[in-house]
Amino acid sequence: MKILTTVKRVEDYESKIKVRPDQTWIVTEGVNYRANPFDEIAVEEALRLRDANMPSEVVVVSVGPAAAATEIRSGLAMGADRGILVKHDAFVDSDGVARLLQKVIEQEKPDLVLMGKQAVDVDDNVAGQLVAEYLGWGQATFASKKESLESPEEKAKKPGLKLSADKKSVQAAREVDGGLEVLEVQLPAIVTVDLRLNVPRYASLPNIMKAKKKPIQELTPQGLSVDVTPKVKVLKVEPPPARTAGIKVPDVATLVQKLHAEAKVI
Amino acid sequence: MIAPPFTPEHDLFRQNLRTYVERELAPHALEWDEAGIFPREVFRGLAELGALGVNYPEEVGGSGGDYWHVVVLAEELVRSHNSGVNMGILVQAQIATPIIEEIGTAEQKREFLAPALAGDKIAALGISEPDTGSDVANIKTTARRVGDDYVINGAKMWITNGTRADFITLAVRTGGAGYGGISLLTFPTDAKGFSVSKKLEKVGNLSSDTALLFFEDCRVPVRYLLGEEDAGFYHIMTNFQGERLVASIGAVAGMQQMVEDAIRYGNERGAFGKPLVKFQVWRHKLVEHLTSIEAARWLTYRACDLFARKEPAVKEISMSKLFAGDLMQRVVYDCMQLHGGMGYVVETPIARAFRDVRLLTIGGGTSEIMKEIIAKLVPGF
Ligand SMILES: Cc1cc2nc3c(=O)[nH]c(=O)nc-3n(C[C@H](O)[C@H](O)[C@H](O)COP(=O)(O)OP(=O)(O)OC[C@H]3O[C@@H](n4cnc5c(N)ncnc54)[C@H](O)[C@@H]3O)c2cc1C
Repeated sequence: MKILTTVKRVEDYESKIKVRPDQTWIVTEGVNYRANPFDEIAVEEALRLRDANMPSEVVVVSVGPAAAATEIRSGLAMGADRGILVKHDAFVDSDGVARLLQKVIEQEKPDLVLMGKQAVDVDDNVAGQLVAEYLGWGQATFASKKESLESPEEKAKKPGLKLSADKKSVQAAREVDGGLEVLEVQLPAIVTVDLRLNVPRYASLPNIMKAKKKPIQELTPQGLSVDVTPKVKVLKVEPPPARTAGIKVPDVATLVQKLHAEAKVI
Repeated sequence: MIAPPFTPEHDLFRQNLRTYVERELAPHALEWDEAGIFPREVFRGLAELGALGVNYPEEVGGSGGDYWHVVVLAEELVRSHNSGVNMGILVQAQIATPIIEEIGTAEQKREFLAPALAGDKIAALGISEPDTGSDVANIKTTARRVGDDYVINGAKMWITNGTRADFITLAVRTGGAGYGGISLLTFPTDAKGFSVSKKLEKVGNLSSDTALLFFEDCRVPVRYLLGEEDAGFYHIMTNFQGERLVASIGAVAGMQQMVEDAIRYGNERGAFGKPLVKFQVWRHKLVEHLTSIEAARWLTYRACDLFARKEPAVKEISMSKLFAGDLMQRVVYDCMQLHGGMGYVVETPIARAFRDVRLLTIGGGTSEIMKEIIAKLVPGF
């Protein structure tokens, strides 16, 4: 089976993010980048499904500047087989990404596409859904593990997605208010993954070195005949309001009084 | 070298290692200090990441990285907030073992090096003795040749990983007095007559076991000799370079972390109506330290660059250890001071660092010895 996963290059959540003075975007100098954590979970799940269903292949796709090859390498170092970089330096909105992925998927014809439910940079949470729509495929969003991340199943690195015996469909559990909903989607399908699907493996240094030799194919929006002119324009970026200094209260009674009268939360 | 040659592979290694250290090691920092030891599994965990075999060739179970991967390792380990673990790991990966890779036989690499890089055997370096530390040429532990064996008698002091090492890269006297009579051996600690006399109670690096070891008529086969007989002193001096360099790299990264933690704390903690960092006295002190740390970093990177290219680096390495080791004493003092009472509470990392960093001017060659070495390498003395 062939599984395609996507990895986005995002700002490292440990970097200090500053808004540019003109408020059009954030300051990118000095910022570290890494693979979107949700996407790492998607890659992990793909690797587990592959290893449980050999022979299979895992392909990692990224849309982004040349430097995004590093995030593809990150997936290859975890164990994926090959990469595809759709190279584009300028901002691409989620719709543009979805249309590019649609073309790549039509070329690659995977049985399953695994994507992070959202990227932690802009938190749009729409790319997976749009790809499914454009392809006319079924989708299951926010896939989670039924068992906890402390469970023996997770310790044994069992996939959280359950492939049917005939490999024609996949079951995904989704977290909904107060419980789990289990969906079965026909393959090929798009599945987007949530935080509690698995704990991604570390890439070891030997595997990082080996990943250097794995192939990454480069494509371009022009080559795929996709117009990626953004349909969504970022008008303004604002930092969250600065935290104001806290206060000390002498006793619980004052705390309750202040929560009620000033903070108005109780 | 204008910038350190970190490639995307170094960055990925750093990212993975950092996540590992923050997730698997840092949460246990206090607990392991209190226990006076850290679990053996830490060696295995880091081995799985390829962090022990970091710059060793694949043939001996290494990861095939270069010296800049070692730099990443020494820098990222600091985030464990536990210097004992860092020391134990670096002894295993960069202090007791490089010499086996350089001059060991295929058998020694198979029997000692490969299992050490896999985290299956714990390694120690046994040079210092109760009567002699700095004066390495004066060690007294003897290895007398009897048939196909060496018979070893003596004691080793302050040996890191000493209570549970599976083997020791051991300095012994095979010949006459002075530096010309010293040899190195790989010594399996299951040899009869070997004993761990005492686990030493230390000021800092509490989670690392440091031991006094005794050797009483211990027999090891002659094939466990490392390199040539009586040529050990030269190899020890070569080996010290790697030890001192990882100490410097770790010191620089550790200082950077201390100041960053202090800045964070100084933003959160207020006095007399404003955050501590808004007092000019603290702002100035901290940026002075950042400036010195930057100088230490570039001196250290310069030494790393020479060392990585196998150019003569003894002077630069000694300078970087001297400079970073001494600087660290002042940085930790001020960062602790900024933390006020919390700086005196062991729960706060800076309090533990205060105890730990004292070792930097002592272990792996004292600051005075660094100065002696540098003085020999510059003209005019
Ligand atoms: C926590 C810890 C871990 C260690 N781990 C190991 C290990 O794993 N393996 C190992 O072999 N050793 C280890 N050591 C030993 C360490 O390398 C020695 O302690 C160190 O080299 C100093 O030797 P010494 O203690 O004998 O001091 P000494 O040599 O007795 O020195 C005492 C003082 O005299 C000064 N002095 C000595 N010679 C001169 C000189 N020529 N000019 C001016 N001043 C001088 C020194 O600088 C020092 O201030 C460890 C030590 C510690 C504390």
